[in-house]
Amino acid sequence: MKHKAFFLFVLPSSVAMMLFIFFPIISVIVQSLYVAHEQVIVTVENCGPFGCKESTAIDQEATAALREAEPLGRFAGLTTYLDRNHLAVGEVGTAWERADNWRDFGAQMLNLPFYKAIGFTLTFTFVVTPLVIIFGFVIAVAVNSAAALIRGPLIFFSLLPMMVTPLIGSLILFWMIDARGIIGSTLQYLAGNPDLSIKASTPLTWIMLIVYGVWHAAPFAFIVYYAGLQTVNKDTLEAARIDGASRWEQIRYVVIPHLLPLTTFIALMQLMDNFRVFEPIVSFAASAHATSLSWAIYNDLGGETRQLSSAAATSVLTIIGVAILLSPVLVRTWRDFGRK
Amino acid sequence: MSSKAQQRPAAVQILIIGILALWMILAAFPFLWTLWGSFKVEGDFFSKADWVYALTGTLTDVETGGRFTGDGYYGAWVKEEFWRAAMNSVLVCIFVVTISLTFGTLGGYALARSTYRYAFWFLIAALIFRAMPPITLVSGYLPVFFGWNLWGHLATCIIVLVAINQPFTLWMLHSFFKNIPQDLDESAMVDGCTRFQAFRHVIIPVMWPGVITTGLFSFLLAYNDFAVTAMILSKENQTMVPKIASFLGTTQTKGNVMFAVAAVVSTTAPLFLMIMFFQRQIVSGLTAGAVKG
Repeated sequence: MKHKAFFLFVLPSSVAMMLFIFFPIISVIVQSLYVAHEQVIVTVENCGPFGCKESTAIDQEATAALREAEPLGRFAGLTTYLDRNHLAVGEVGTAWERADNWRDFGAQMLNLPFYKAIGFTLTFTFVVTPLVIIFGFVIAVAVNSAAALIRGPLIFFSLLPMMVTPLIGSLILFWMIDARGIIGSTLQYLAGNPDLSIKASTPLTWIMLIVYGVWHAAPFAFIVYYAGLQTVNKDTLEAARIDGASRWEQIRYVVIPHLLPLTTFIALMQLMDNFRVFEPIVSFAASAHATSLSWAIYNDLGGETRQLSSAAATSVLTIIGVAILLSPVLVRTWRDFGRK
Repeated sequence: MSSKAQQRPAAVQILIIGILALWMILAAFPFLWTLWGSFKVEGDFFSKADWVYALTGTLTDVETGGRFTGDGYYGAWVKEEFWRAAMNSVLVCIFVVTISLTFGTLGGYALARSTYRYAFWFLIAALIFRAMPPITLVSGYLPVFFGWNLWGHLATCIIVLVAINQPFTLWMLHSFFKNIPQDLDESAMVDGCTRFQAFRHVIIPVMWPGVITTGLFSFLLAYNDFAVTAMILSKENQTMVPKIASFLGTTQTKGNVMFAVAAVVSTTAPLFLMIMFFQRQIVSGLTAGAVKG
């Protein structure tokens, strides 16, 4: 394809991606280095019949003028990154000096918003991803050995948890695990504790979010593995069987090696998706016990006071996290491409 | 599959049936339960006293005089004006799907046909963009949108969703176009077509299966999005998902939680139908990236 034709064909999507993905990333980086202007304060002397009083007031005009002149705000360098809501260098240092042991240090770290968020995000990502792969594989093998007639309905119902919006899917589960809902009251009954509330306990909230994550994403792994199982070489399987491989050995030595490339694909997609976990935290109203990086940005941006600089700094740190997660894949692609 | 060697021992058979039954309950039961419960009053939906109430609707009978009630739906659609959010969702979905497919087919076609190195790097860049959590981009949009008065409009939201959707659309259509033989458009160009004419008259007629599948996923992204729509749409322009989220904050008073339940069921219903009609395309779309490499 000629250069000019290629350029014209990709122009619309490149412009869209430049304007709304590439520039925003740059803008986020720039913005994270600035903080909003403080309000201009003036001291006014009010003289009344009972003498003069000095009072301070906000000079609205001057503030507006200052904001107009420098819309980005005041240059702050890396201060936003280092403050208590982000990397919290000072607090970490104090905690390090004061803490007696690792457990103590960890507990203090989890009180800092950023470390609390990254702690949950990483736990979620690295617990959910392997579980999704395992469950997806088991379901795929089971569906694959079901009668052809019922596979259609099986796939239909399997797709539901994934297709439904995360916010809605997690709400549906949230209503069921509510202390008055069916799962919540069953758990209370089983535990013999009528005051058991999943929402009130940090470990249970984490488990609940992870269960939701697996429930939501297992169908994706299932579908990919199921499609992979259709292409397993029948002759190889039969040869293995003739050589006396048991059912499990057939899976272990023929099916799993065949599906391995798919596992890389699923793992990559799942790492990317789980790292941005966010809607379930909103739905489960779980922010007191578990926050994620995306949730922290959402929280900064929402509400009356939009803390743009703080959100921008968290965004940059999140992007760095994504880059670290993706780097093995990118390095491998680079090498593969070099070999070609 | 009925040869003797492949017959399963009873234990394996039972295990498989057990796994499937358990998974079906896990996957389908929450939806059926919520659908059933959405026609009850709150006392039955959250039936602390006796879970059988949720099935029989005892309190619903007491409060409304019938086993089923449409109060939740009435409250959500009429009182809380959920219909407005539904209209907005329809508009957003139609435009996002059309625009991203138009951009995506052009770009995906070029990427599939170009043999130069930069096409590969273009795809890698798209993959990196795909990995960016949308909410990080939103914090980049807001100052600009506020400054230029673009914030809150449906049009802004549509173009943002199109852009966020592009990396995925490009990857998917690129792999579909790779499967259309090159000879097809090249012979058209030998016969004197320009590249665009070849695309218009030869490729467009045969590309629909791939485009429909990609369109389904664009639709899902636009329909399901929360991060972007919640942050850049004003209250009256909200689509369904952020609207439901806003219900949660305001409906703590008794009975109103059923509005949210009804809204959730109303939002899920179109997805049900979509999966039912397009199951084959969805499955092929999900696996396209993986199996074809």
